[in-house]
Amino acid sequence: MKKRFVYADNAATTKVSQKALNAALPYFTELYGNPSSIYSLGMNCAKAVLKAREQVADAIGAKANEIYFTSGGSESDNWAIRGCAKLGEKKGKKHIITTAFEHHAVLHTCRYLESLGFEITYLPISNKGIVTARQVEEAIREDTCLVTIMTANNEIGTIQPVAEIGEVCHKHGVLFHTDAVQAVGNIEIDVNKMNIDLLSLSGHKIHAPKGIGALYIRTGIALPNLIYGGAQERNRRAGTENVPSIVALGVAITDAVKDITAKNEKVRKLRDKLIDGILKIPETRLNGDREQRLAGNVNVSIRGIEGESLLLTLDLEGVAASSGSACTSGSLDPSHVLLALGLPHEIAHGSLRLTINEENTEEDIDYILQVLPPIVKRLRSMSPLWERICKTENIHDYTLD
Amino acid sequence: MIYSEKVMDHFAHPRNVGEIEDADGIGEVGNAKCGDIMKMYIKVNDGVITDVKFKTFGCGAAVATSSIATEMIKGKKLEEALKLTNKAVVEALDGLPPAKLHCSVLAEEAMKASISDYYKRQGIDPEPFVGKQSACDCENCDV
Repeated sequence: MKKRFVYADNAATTKVSQKALNAALPYFTELYGNPSSIYSLGMNCAKAVLKAREQVADAIGAKANEIYFTSGGSESDNWAIRGCAKLGEKKGKKHIITTAFEHHAVLHTCRYLESLGFEITYLPISNKGIVTARQVEEAIREDTCLVTIMTANNEIGTIQPVAEIGEVCHKHGVLFHTDAVQAVGNIEIDVNKMNIDLLSLSGHKIHAPKGIGALYIRTGIALPNLIYGGAQERNRRAGTENVPSIVALGVAITDAVKDITAKNEKVRKLRDKLIDGILKIPETRLNGDREQRLAGNVNVSIRGIEGESLLLTLDLEGVAASSGSACTSGSLDPSHVLLALGLPHEIAHGSLRLTINEENTEEDIDYILQVLPPIVKRLRSMSPLWERICKTENIHDYTLD
Repeated sequence: MIYSEKVMDHFAHPRNVGEIEDADGIGEVGNAKCGDIMKMYIKVNDGVITDVKFKTFGCGAAVATSSIATEMIKGKKLEEALKLTNKAVVEALDGLPPAKLHCSVLAEEAMKASISDYYKRQGIDPEPFVGKQSACDCENCDV
């Protein structure tokens, strides 16, 4: 098979769609006004922002005045969690519930709150990567002010029972925030049906540009500001609106939530072929529940090799992927998500995440399945760890064949 | 993160990969928990390293540092090889990202461990030549 470029890291970021780009372009040049200005150039921009707000609201079953544009998922998470913490503090409630495998935007915000005297419960996840509503209910206390649990995990793609968790929260009068950055456009979201009070979403995961996102805040929640300044976003998020990106987000999210079922059917088929193909390599395992996971997510551990070496070699073959190894996380520890699953360090180091979407083809999958096994074999043949595994566990070392 | 062309060259085409069946010294450093294991094999003749091979489990920098380290000590007298520092390894690779500097330390240690093993097999105390084998200073290790 001829060498080709296969982008299989759509959970990291996506290509901006031509449609979103076309919609955004005029707002860089001809329609460059400030939406706060009174003249028509500004007002036209304000109208464009309003339209995008409606598009984002429609995509998640919210009202337009419940959508606030931000710089992305991290800001939305920070705003939601720090804001709810302040609301709780006023009532003497300084306990927050989250999980051990949240995105760092949530986890590190919670750690910061700990330094301010908040108490955080980090719920463990099952070995399939799922947290239950029952766990949440058992952890709720008198002084719990917020539950923040992601809709779908960014590394292993497992989908959480958000609707049930939200129900439990509301039963006990606790606010519920969810980081839905990986979920929007991949599973259907309805903030009302799913009992969500606050929801973070990001543009660049759904074919909009980087640096744009939104926070949904249910009507009636007086969330304090994170960023103070001008009167933008109805006085709640200062800073001149990123009009081109907001317009692009509106267009992109509309497309992303269209025909999710049909899109997922196609992507899931490719994903399953990819999973089955990779699991044919000896000593590999799928991380996270196979059924309750995003249609495009593959996360496997390949024993005896290290993730970064694997990624670099895949890149030499034209395949862009990611890993939860320490070397790719910038620390000595591998991914907290894989460790939370209960994987030993050495297995977490050898993880590979491939995230495909509707733009990937069967040829892409065939290509990955063609280049991956020989790469694994080569890296194993030079790995003292693989050698040791084979010896101590009496596994046939196929690299010597 | 950016790797130099030298690093990528040694990663993609590692020199001296493999094992030496009748090695005169074998050194292994690092551990699976930290995600790096380097194993170095040397063949010594008249105090000269006549052959050297390595196997590495680890990231791109770990492979590249072990590869270039084997090149730098092959054909050298033991005492010359022992002068190889992790700094020299980094320089020879046109630099490493800060988070990857520990890989160069591992390469130096793997080389020293193999020479230590050689001395031990000769019934010679390696410490006067190689110094104390330094322990891994990462938080995961109790080595």
